[in-house]
Amino acid sequence: MKKQMTAWQRVTMARDAKRPKALDYIKNIFDDFIELHGDRCYGDDKSFVCGIAYLEKMPVTIIAEQKGKTTKENMQRNFGMPNPEGYRKAVRLMKQAEKFNRPVITFIDTPGAYPGMGAEERGQGEAIARSMFEMSKLKVPIIAVVIGEGSSGGALAICVADKILMLENAIYSILSPEGFASILYKDSSKCQEVADKMKLTSYDLQNFGIIDELIKEPKVGIENDFESVTAKIKTILVKQIQDIQKLTTSEMLEKRYEKYRNM
Amino acid sequence: MVIDKIKKMSEVNKEIEKNQEASDMLIGKWIKCENCKEILYKEEVHKNLSVCPNCGKHFRISSRRRIAQLVDEGTFEEINADMGLKDPLQFEGYEKKLETLVEKTQIKEAVKTGIGKLNGQEAVLAVMDGNFMMGSMGQIVGEKITLAIEEAILRKLPIILVCVSGGARMQEGIISLMQMAKTTGALMKLNEQGLLSICVLTDPTTGGVTASFASLGDIIIAEPNALIGFAGPRVIEQTVKQKLPEGFQRAEFLLEHGFIDKIVQRKDMKKVLSKLIKFHNQKGSE
Ligand SMILES: [Zn+2]
Repeated sequence: MKKQMTAWQRVTMARDAKRPKALDYIKNIFDDFIELHGDRCYGDDKSFVCGIAYLEKMPVTIIAEQKGKTTKENMQRNFGMPNPEGYRKAVRLMKQAEKFNRPVITFIDTPGAYPGMGAEERGQGEAIARSMFEMSKLKVPIIAVVIGEGSSGGALAICVADKILMLENAIYSILSPEGFASILYKDSSKCQEVADKMKLTSYDLQNFGIIDELIKEPKVGIENDFESVTAKIKTILVKQIQDIQKLTTSEMLEKRYEKYRNM
Repeated sequence: MVIDKIKKMSEVNKEIEKNQEASDMLIGKWIKCENCKEILYKEEVHKNLSVCPNCGKHFRISSRRRIAQLVDEGTFEEINADMGLKDPLQFEGYEKKLETLVEKTQIKEAVKTGIGKLNGQEAVLAVMDGNFMMGSMGQIVGEKITLAIEEAILRKLPIILVCVSGGARMQEGIISLMQMAKTTGALMKLNEQGLLSICVLTDPTTGGVTASFASLGDIIIAEPNALIGFAGPRVIEQTVKQKLPEGFQRAEFLLEHGFIDKIVQRKDMKKVLSKLIKFHNQKGSE
């Protein structure tokens, strides 16, 4: 039944304000989360929530894109659109994770990197590139979870991972359907039709072999039975990390390289 | 919010079209410099490395001309020349569009790769071409650049990445996006081998190319006045609802903000690149 849903319906669900956000996942899946702030260069980007926590009994580093649920929170969090400081905070804490041999878990939920003047002045492109660059050689396991809107380079920046999990009604795409429609058809109102052509649903991404696990969502709506989803994610995360830890570091990095090399 | 974003994107598109028109003007015998408005004899402009003899504006050039300007005559050996035509999303009209472009531009994709010598200094080159889909990065572009980087690793040679790009190739969707991670990973491998990478950013270098390999070279050079950024100027203007100051996102602006090493004029590019290669010429570090 779910598979018959249109791509646009999933876009709408992925963006739904009621949909759980990164902090909800962090709260349900991990213990003793301590948030850590700042990029040590310029500022603290609130569209990113990062920190350390326990997964079962294992210390991990969490890097998450955080949207708000209310307008007020969204203003604070810049609607989940990071500035360069967000990616630089992420890189700083990933390097810290490497130092202390903690696996990294990223949560992806962004309409894209922020296209502002300050962002350009402070090197938005460089910040995104640097994040992917560092992730491609980070010597600890990395698991990415696409929970909502995974849009463009702003999402990919923290999605270079050993394994990628994706929620059934999340999306992952080159651009928003609106932007896509306006570029290719000069008409952003065609976003509903183009959503389907863009192949941005979890099922599409599974077909392309880009994601490793598709996590089904409850029929009653994810926000109404969230615990069952987070329990599932927790089990998968533990299992995936254990599996990756069986590899030597160079095997892990080689596999990570091959994953993207083959795309 | 979303509506804003849409408007932004269509503005970017208009800008791209405008630029295409400008470069189309090069097809006739005479061209008008859009900077100083001078009418120029085409042949004379090309003799001057496609730089306006009057005001010094660096016109956009094809990968073929770029390679001829940089590489010693008769030393360029193209690799993976025949790769082209990938339609991963089976996107309607895309294959036809590519076929038409191949015919029109006489190139197979938006990047040419190969091995050549610059004043005797050997290097692998990946030279993007703005005449083909605005130099956007799809699967073939990403693959050719990755293969070029891997060739450099294999031969223990430096890589020179000459960038010109409107960003991601929309018609290839998420597969296009993944090319950013692929090329970045390859550059990391080269980096781990102690090999040199030099990025040459030309007008325009934007979007997914800026947010991947173009920003990751050991040394990053730009041509004068090249537009370099992640988001396009119109997108930013629509977001911040104000006009961008003169020179915003131009090479000189990036130099001032610490994101590039050097601005080099086209006439000096070969000399500077060959000197830089010579400095690092110890064939890897193992
Ligand atoms: Zn001129």
